[in-house]
Amino acid sequence: MQMDWIWGLIGGMLIGTGGAVFLLANGRIMGASGIIGGVIDGSGRHNLSERLTFLAGVALLPLLLTPVFGPEQTHLTGDLATLLVAGLLVGIGTRFANGCTSGHGVCGISRLSLRGIVATVFYIGAGGITVVLFRHILGVI
Amino acid sequence: MRNLFAFLAGGLFGAGLYLSGMTDTSKVQGWLDIFGDWDPTLAFVMGGAIIPMAVAWAFTTGRRPLLGGSFPERPEPRIGRNLVLGSTLFGMGWGLAGLCPGPVVASLSYGGGRNLVFLAAMLAGMAATPVLRRYLDRTVPAQ
Repeated sequence: MQMDWIWGLIGGMLIGTGGAVFLLANGRIMGASGIIGGVIDGSGRHNLSERLTFLAGVALLPLLLTPVFGPEQTHLTGDLATLLVAGLLVGIGTRFANGCTSGHGVCGISRLSLRGIVATVFYIGAGGITVVLFRHILGVI
Repeated sequence: MRNLFAFLAGGLFGAGLYLSGMTDTSKVQGWLDIFGDWDPTLAFVMGGAIIPMAVAWAFTTGRRPLLGGSFPERPEPRIGRNLVLGSTLFGMGWGLAGLCPGPVVASLSYGGGRNLVFLAAMLAGMAATPVLRRYLDRTVPAQ
């Protein structure tokens, strides 16, 4: 358990360092939903290659680390309806809110942005209520 | 050059998500589940990520990005319908599956295919959002 926390801290610092590089070098905010969303809805056409190389890095590094540390278990549900509904909610929600855990959470809170803090309170609150409702009351996840 | 630094930043982000265990949905749901076997790992990840980011923000004052342009301006501190509604919907999906946009990309190579269903639905939701937003703007005022 405590080992997980230490890896959490190490991984977290790598995430923050990635955000710092993207900000200080490229002048951009490292928000996963914004970077992906701009590719999907065409709003990021002017810097498409920067978005795609960023996403390539996100996908490729875990693949390169797998031989060293072994494949991470995702424990993702196999229930098709849950996957579809959850994916739609995450896609629509992050684009409406203009940010997710990385954009509002990491990049927003670290500059004490009111929007980032409020967004984080709402998505953690909604996530907590959802887990309690669907796991403990309805017993479906 | 911009692509090289974007790849480097993405690589650090992906490596961090992988090493911190944030692509493990049981850790994310375990953190949200305050009535279950609560797992505090996510708080360590968030805290660890905010430290270098806060240093980076402090460094931006009076400077320009290495590769030109300017740093993103601080947004108007406006808490509107889109922010509250969007974050609530996002939180519901995050709780249901334990995945958010970064980890779904980071776990592409070892997600076992089920993550592709989530990814496809997420991309569809992102593609639909401009239409939904225009519809909502017509029917319900934004503020």
